[in-house]
Order: sequence, then structure tokens, then C-alpha cells
Amino acid sequence: MFKYYGKYAPYLFLLPAAVVLVVFFFIPFFQTVLLSFQDYSTNIYSPAFAGLENYIKLFHNPVFYKVLWNTFVYLFVAVPVLVVFPLFLAVLINQKIRGVTLYKILIYLPVIVSIVVAAIAFKWLYADQGILNYIVTSLGFNSIGWLTDPKFALYSVILVTIWKGIGYYMIIYLAALMSVPNELYEACDIDGAGFLTKHLTVTIPHIMPTIALVSTISAISAMKVFAEIYVMTKGGPLNSSKTIVYYIYERAFENLDLGFASAMAVILLVIVMIFSLINIFCFERKKYEI
Amino acid sequence: MRYRGQEGKMARRQAIYKFSFKLDKFITHLILISVSLLSIFPFIWLISTSLKGNSENIFAYPPQIIPTDFTWANYTGVWNKVNFIGYFINSMIVAGGTVILNLILSAMAGYPLARMEFKGKKITFFAVLATIMIPFQAIMLPVYLITLKLHLTDNVNNFAGYMGLIMPFAVSAFGIFLMRQAFLTIPKEMEEAAIVDGCNVFQVFFKVLMPMVKPSLAVLAIFTFIGSWGEFLWPSIVLTKEAMYTLPVGVNNLQGMFSSNWRFIAAGSILSTIPILIFFLSMQRYFISGENEGAVKG
Repeated sequence: MFKYYGKYAPYLFLLPAAVVLVVFFFIPFFQTVLLSFQDYSTNIYSPAFAGLENYIKLFHNPVFYKVLWNTFVYLFVAVPVLVVFPLFLAVLINQKIRGVTLYKILIYLPVIVSIVVAAIAFKWLYADQGILNYIVTSLGFNSIGWLTDPKFALYSVILVTIWKGIGYYMIIYLAALMSVPNELYEACDIDGAGFLTKHLTVTIPHIMPTIALVSTISAISAMKVFAEIYVMTKGGPLNSSKTIVYYIYERAFENLDLGFASAMAVILLVIVMIFSLINIFCFERKKYEI
Repeated sequence: MRYRGQEGKMARRQAIYKFSFKLDKFITHLILISVSLLSIFPFIWLISTSLKGNSENIFAYPPQIIPTDFTWANYTGVWNKVNFIGYFINSMIVAGGTVILNLILSAMAGYPLARMEFKGKKITFFAVLATIMIPFQAIMLPVYLITLKLHLTDNVNNFAGYMGLIMPFAVSAFGIFLMRQAFLTIPKEMEEAAIVDGCNVFQVFFKVLMPMVKPSLAVLAIFTFIGSWGEFLWPSIVLTKEAMYTLPVGVNNLQGMFSSNWRFIAAGSILSTIPILIFFLSMQRYFISGENEGAVKG
């Protein structure tokens, strides 16, 4: 094809996006790293070079380990549920049954609704004399401090994240299920294979890339949770529901400890980058090929 | 009826098969109905609470789904005390501005990446790809400092406030790659024909190519809108004036305003959800058809 555009045309088209990405992504990225080596505690306007001091402070802080642990609990609880349960639902919905659209709409609804409203709705379910405690006590147990007991708070928040994610991943799985050839299922039916064997031998091997994709996306978004925690528990009680992003927010915008918060942000960057690299190189390579 | 002989055996087998098939369907519906109910129950309970009058105990055991003291008073009460129209307008301006900028910037950047040869193409490509790996939550502090330096905050003026909310999300790698993919699928003859007809490169882009990628622009618009509409972290960092609050920030603020008045908090939360609910129901095929599988989550 002949070259119909001038020498500078490509750069002209790229310029606006480039400006935004440089100002709001690349400069902040390098600045985060830079800030993590600076000390703001004495004078916020002229920080001193602090070397690894922020990192040393971080690694000597018990809250850091608590927050890291909570984030990994988040991962290990939310990700498996969000990988398996939506797949199960997608398989059920992907049949010739009535009401498929209605089911999809209702199950997708939590995805669309603002996370703030969702968190408020759950806070109300979790109230001391709320409906969940009514169920618990009528089953003969003691009422539970869903958001006020350090043993439960984190899991109560995780439940909201899971509840809000199910519809989203179900739709991703549904798209993948459409690509499984029908003949394979017909062959299963002729062989008389049951529900479980049918899906273990045909469905799951066929959509393995999507399962892997859902694992990494749900892991990345579990690393980034903030609003649920902010609205429901503010990280409490006793840091029991505090995760990395909430801790960064708290140290940066409430304690104005910019260096410390940035060191924490660098840790988050590293973890998310590892997940993203796995995602890009293993599962979404085609999309990003030049 | 009894089945006899070989034929009977077949008929019986078929009857059992049909029965088990029906049972399967019954169980499927049972599970899907339960999950659907669990998905909407938190909202149902919120709606129920919002419709209960002051004489009804909202902590009653057993809980009452249907209000006995039915009233709209909580809605009118919260409506009179909270500037929902203002929050809604702010959300519309921010989400609308974010969508428009994303469409223009993503399409403009996606075009040369799909269709042109130039020096530094590979580096540009990987630079965009790299932004996917940078979570906003990790860089939000410097983004905030830069926004302050550029005077894009609501205590300068309202316009600067809106720009501060919009600009960090004015373009995304997701959008650029989506548009690049869209341009890749257009046959090159389209451009050649336009050039022969005397178009320059800008006319090719705006008059020939842009109309052809409308479906992708629609997808990008809808998902950008949802993401921007629900954004909470960034506005809650930059906003200082109540008059500039977007809906999520305003709704979160209800908790402080009406500390233990759950009737009002519930009514306000439900009110704030109505616009996005209408949007979702009218655009539902884009969300649940599964065609837009790679779409980002807000």
C-alpha cells in the first residue's frame, strides 16, 4: 500500500493520548519510586534523600505484615470462588432453558451497581440486629459481629467483593462456552456421560485459557480493593480488614507519610506487575501482538 | 402402563431419560433462581427498609420484607436534604467528559498503531502496553500531587475540579488496543479509494474510518461510562467541596449525614442507583451478550 500520510502524521495522531499517559501514568510511576526513597517527615516541601529508610521502616512495621497477610487472604479466598462458581453458573445458563436473559440480568446487576451502594446494602445486612444475625440466631447460634469482630470482618468484606464479581466472570465464561463445539457434547450424550464427566472431559479442557484469564484478572482486582473496605470497616477493627491499597490511602492521605506510603505502593506495583505479565504473556498474547 | 419385550425396554428407558431430563432442568432452574435472588436480595432489603415508616421497627425479629407502615416519606426526606440533582449532574459531566475524551484519544492513538509505519512504533506499542500493568492505586499519590500542581482541583473553580476528575482517566490502554483492533479489521482498499478521491489523512480518519468503527466506539463508550460513573477512590481523594460530589461520593457521605437513620440512608442509596439501573436495562445486550468479553471492570 502506498504511503498516503505525511512524515509527522502518526505522531500528530498519537500526541494527545501520549500527553495524558506521560503526565498521569509514566511521570507518577517514576515519581512513586522516587518518593519511596525520600523522607517527608521533617519538611513536606523539601524532602531529604532517605535511601532505603522507608523500606526498612516498612519491614519493621507489624501492620505491614498484617496488611500483606490480609491481602493474600483476600486472594486465596476470593479468587478460587470467583474462578469456580461463575463457571458453574455459566454452564447451567448455557442450556436451552427458559428465562436465560432474565437470569443473566439479575446475576449481572451487582456488577453494574456502584460499589458504594453495594457496600452500604451489605452493611445493613451485617448490622448487629440485622437480617443475617436473625438467621444465625434462629439457627441457635450466638449473633456474630460481622464487621465488628476481628475474626469475621475481613471475610465479611471479601463476601461483598465475591458477590459483586460473580456476574462479571459468568459472562466471560459464557462467551468462552459458546466456542465449545456442540458435536463434542453430542458425542458425550451418545456415550451416556453424566453432567460431571461431560464437563470435566469436554468443557474444562476446552476453556482452560479462559479459566486462567479469570484467575489472573480476579487476582489483580482482588489486589486493588478499596471502596468496600472504606465504606464498611475503614480497615478495622484492629487492622483486621485492612489491605494494601487501603493502607497506602491511609498513610498517604490521612497521615501524610508520603515516603512510607510510596514504599508500600512500590510493593503493590511489583505484585500487580507480576500478575499482569503472566496475564499478558500467557493468555492475552494475541490481543497485543504487533 | 407396563412395558414388555424389547420394545417395552426401549420405551421404559426413554421414559426414564425424559424424567431425569426434566429433573435436571428443575434443579437447574432451582439453582439459578436461588442465585438470582441472592444477587438482588441486598437491594430488596434496602428497598424494603427505605419504605418503612417511623412507627415500624426496622430491627424487628422476624424481619418484615413487606413494610407494615408503608411510606414514601424517607424518599422525600432525603431528597430535600441531599442535593441528588447536583450529584447526578456532576456525575454526568465527569462520566460524559471521560467518555468523549476516551473515544477521541483512543481512536486517534489506535489509528497509527494499526495502519501506519513510523519510527518508534514498537516502543510506543510497548509503552501503552506497560500502562496496563500500572495499577492506578499504586501511583495515585503522585497523580494527586501533579493534579494539585496543574491547579486541577475544585477549590480553583468548578471547571478545574471537573478536569481534575476527568484527565487522569482521559485515555486507557484498553481503549487504545480496542480501537487498534477495530482499525485492523477494515480493508485497506477503503483508505486507498478515499485517497484517490482526494482526501487527506485527516479526512480519511474522520470521514472514512471513524464511521466504520462505530460498534467498537459504542462498546468503549459504554464500558468507560460505567467505569467512570462508579469511580469512588479518585473523587474521594481530590474533591473538597460538597457541591462537586459525584453520586458515589455523595452516597458514601449519607452515612455521615444520617449516622443511624437507616431509613434515609437506604432511600438515598436506592435513589442514587436509579440512573445507572435505567442505563443498564436499556443497554443490557452490550453487557450480557458476552461479545465484549475483554471489557474492563470499573
